[in-house]
Amino acid sequence: MDLRRTAAIVGVYEHPTRYAPDKSEQLIIAESIIGALNDAGLEKKDVDALFVAAMPPGITGYGMCDYLNIYPRWVDSTNVGGGSFEFHLSHALTAIAAGRINCAVIAYGSTARSGGVAVGTGGAARWGQARLSPVPDSFEDIYGTTTVGLYAMVAQRHMYEYGTKPEQLAEIAVAMRYHASMNPHAMYRDPITVEDVLSSRIISSPLHLLDCCVISDGGGAVVVASPSLARSTRKKPVWILGVGEGIAHQGGGWRDLLEMAAYQSAPQAFAMAGVTHQDIDMCMIYDSFTITVLLTLENLGFCKRGEGGDFVSGGRLRIDGDLPTNTDGGGLSSNHPGMRGIFLLIEATRQLRGDYAGTPRQTHARRNRAEPPYIALCHGTGGALGSRHSGGTVILARD
Amino acid sequence: MTTQQYKKLLPAISGETRPYWEACKRGELLIQKCQKCGKYQFYPRGFCSHCWANEPPQWVKASGKGKVYTFTVTYQNRSPGYAEEVPYVLALVELEEGVRMFTNILECKPEDVRIGMPVEVVFRKVTDQVTIPYFRPAKA
Repeated sequence: MDLRRTAAIVGVYEHPTRYAPDKSEQLIIAESIIGALNDAGLEKKDVDALFVAAMPPGITGYGMCDYLNIYPRWVDSTNVGGGSFEFHLSHALTAIAAGRINCAVIAYGSTARSGGVAVGTGGAARWGQARLSPVPDSFEDIYGTTTVGLYAMVAQRHMYEYGTKPEQLAEIAVAMRYHASMNPHAMYRDPITVEDVLSSRIISSPLHLLDCCVISDGGGAVVVASPSLARSTRKKPVWILGVGEGIAHQGGGWRDLLEMAAYQSAPQAFAMAGVTHQDIDMCMIYDSFTITVLLTLENLGFCKRGEGGDFVSGGRLRIDGDLPTNTDGGGLSSNHPGMRGIFLLIEATRQLRGDYAGTPRQTHARRNRAEPPYIALCHGTGGALGSRHSGGTVILARD
Repeated sequence: MTTQQYKKLLPAISGETRPYWEACKRGELLIQKCQKCGKYQFYPRGFCSHCWANEPPQWVKASGKGKVYTFTVTYQNRSPGYAEEVPYVLALVELEEGVRMFTNILECKPEDVRIGMPVEVVFRKVTDQVTIPYFRPAKA
């Protein structure tokens, strides 16, 4: 069954807040959904499916239906970490193609920053619970694992196997910050240099403070519609060409840590989309840490294993480079409210629609091209590279 | 040392994993080997995750020797007990039998830890009920 262009993103909204101590996570979700429906020119009554994930302890799918006061025919609270929303898009595509639903909203909201959640360095007690499960927590968290530590171990291994340098990881942070400097909502907008990254303090070796994403509040929503509905919405649809899902874990104690879930999800997405890497005009790659971007690019197949360090050098990921990536400033500089996958879909959609016409963020103008990018790839990673994680690849194309 | 003094997280022990933790108290590191497919697995489970055999895997004594597969020197962890101990080395050790386990590397300076470094298990009694396996540089 050819699923290409059987569903489209027709509305997006990124909540502008980065700090919202007086809002609930639910309100941020509701405001984001309303914003995305406004963007699409659709209304509450059009929505027949809800896809939502939240940070633990978290809100539930049915609880969110109660708060929103809706009775959707499809609820999906798949939670595979920060990249859950790429999985949601994959599931929404399938549900729409099967004729089960016409209009889905995918949404996220979080008060990780104002709630004081040390997402990356809180260890197992960051959600307040200090009781471990017998497996696998009791074999891991007792040793003081942190999220950043679990990514740092992968960075260390990559450096050992391939000679990847801290300077190369730093280039990623520098490019993201450059993009953030053009994003009025970004949390950090002052340009930085490779030297700034390397001289920032080590959080968990070999990762520095500026190798790590920010912690913000925030949220966003995406409206996904059937082709018939997509033809009546306010803005041009952004079509889903291909999706793929993958999980990577320890494999009973044997897995090669440098093989990500992306290695499994990307071939599915490319095969479904019927495109190659040369066709991808821009990327949105989940950037929890600089190493996440480097390793994801390798596992997606943009370069060979071990060549990520060279690949990200020389400004390739900059908006005016060969592969513009995270043009909103990413999690490293714009926002990271605990989970970030929703923003990958939002920014890719805005770029493909040409929403940034007349601004420095207009990707194609910066690359001396006449038209907006035609095809974007989004890849969400959830969980931790060093223990277990998910990967969802999405390939989108404009009308 | 009593539970009150030990501020770090304690493992929760269930029937599935009790032999492992009991062995730690005796100074033995146990891993599991499937009676059907013959593969080792770690962390321990009540079944073989490799082949889903009907019979549970056997507990076998590991040599306790291995090498550092990867590591990180942790400078920031907000959790009680760990916050006071930074910088500490979080590592994945590859045992001689092939499986990898999370651990800390003790009895050496964090800056001296290297990938590939030979290490050996060392046990620390942290409460009357719990003894935890760690690793240290292998004695020559």
